[in-house]
Amino acid sequence: MNPLFATVRRDLLLALRRKSEVLTAVFFFIIVVSLFPLGIGPEPALLKKIAPGVLWVAALLATLLGLPRMFAADHADGTLEQMALSPSPFGLLVAGKILAHWLVCGLPLVLLAPVLGVQFDLDGEALGVLTFALLLGTPLLSLIGAIGAALTLGVRGGGVLLALLVLPLYVPALIFGAGAVEAHIAGLGAGGHLSLLAAQLALAIFFAPWATTAALRIALE
Amino acid sequence: MNLINWFKFASPQSFYPLAGKMIPWFWALATVFGAAGLWLSFFVAPTDAQQGEGYRIIFVHVPASWLSMFIYLIMAAWAGLGLALNTRLSGMMAQSLAPTGALMALLSLWTGALWGKPMWGTWWVWDARLTSELILFFLYIGFIALQAAIDDPRRADKAGAILALVGVVNIPIIYFSVKWWNTLHQGSSVSLTKSPSMAQTMLWGMLLMALCFWMYSIAVALTRARAIILERERHTEWVKHAVE
Repeated sequence: MNPLFATVRRDLLLALRRKSEVLTAVFFFIIVVSLFPLGIGPEPALLKKIAPGVLWVAALLATLLGLPRMFAADHADGTLEQMALSPSPFGLLVAGKILAHWLVCGLPLVLLAPVLGVQFDLDGEALGVLTFALLLGTPLLSLIGAIGAALTLGVRGGGVLLALLVLPLYVPALIFGAGAVEAHIAGLGAGGHLSLLAAQLALAIFFAPWATTAALRIALE
Repeated sequence: MNLINWFKFASPQSFYPLAGKMIPWFWALATVFGAAGLWLSFFVAPTDAQQGEGYRIIFVHVPASWLSMFIYLIMAAWAGLGLALNTRLSGMMAQSLAPTGALMALLSLWTGALWGKPMWGTWWVWDARLTSELILFFLYIGFIALQAAIDDPRRADKAGAILALVGVVNIPIIYFSVKWWNTLHQGSSVSLTKSPSMAQTMLWGMLLMALCFWMYSIAVALTRARAIILERERHTEWVKHAVE
């Protein structure tokens, strides 16, 4: 079988057998999003304005929560070393792990976003733009996050450090992702923002697995 | 025709005395440029017609912003060199540049805020250039934190190098942000292709201050590199002799 899909299948199986870890991140997303109306007040006009930003920041934080687990368990039991030594290209296996991480941590957020968006009084089209932007954006978050996860593998205070490294790199995704919905609500059309987001994704698909592989090799030395 | 064997100075042992010889020169240059630049910018340069005396902050602000971006590029170049050639000195240079770069980014944000309050009426706006400069500051902090968290210096160098190279994407975004987005921050004051939009003396003051900051950064980075060399090579014989 293709090594990429074999890795994806394996990681998904592992995630299915430990459902609570996945569900924690998803519920974290729901709770963080629900906290904002409670903290800011239930005025629909205001909520509609902040909805894209709130959902995107919550998605960022929820992705961040799952990142340390991306390589930690495999590093601890030596699987990662075997992957690095295996005849199939290490980069491909790493890409498979990133894809699996997105399927487990990113895709549920995309699917939940329209439901949570309704809580913020977004109309049908805005919900569509929001979901599409997240569909383009969450893989980008997983790809960039993988570099950070690989760099902080087995490092003291890795979790906090990971946030410090990765969050600044998430800013462009946040700006264009949330900007797409805001532009749509303002009647400007979301096309430009979505194109830039897709361009970032294309760049990240090319470079991120490569940088992650290099960082993992350093961690395994 | 290779007149200087660069690889000779890639060894910390031969770089240490070379850096020691260069540092006083860079300090001297920094002092000369700084004195001339300050004199030009405070006593010679005319008062700005629109901004009054407050504009003189740019004599610190612009050089600090340039250096914050430039130092990051140099740091990333050293980092790339270290990854490609596996030279020990490259990682040490990258590590010794990072705090100065962070200082420049902070100075640029700080003086920008001081300038923004009287001119724009606000300390801070969330426009593209300010935000990307803030991200640059965070990148420096992340680089320093990552290096500090890894005990093995060789691994710290390589991990930091990858982070520095990933973060390099931000530099063109900062530099071109005023062109790409319609921001509150004005376009660049100095350009190579068209005549500058300011008085000659102001321009000279700014360039001299930039040279002063540049020389200062080199002097400080070399001093820090010497300290790092001593710390990492403390088990060797030559360090014992060098310290005596």
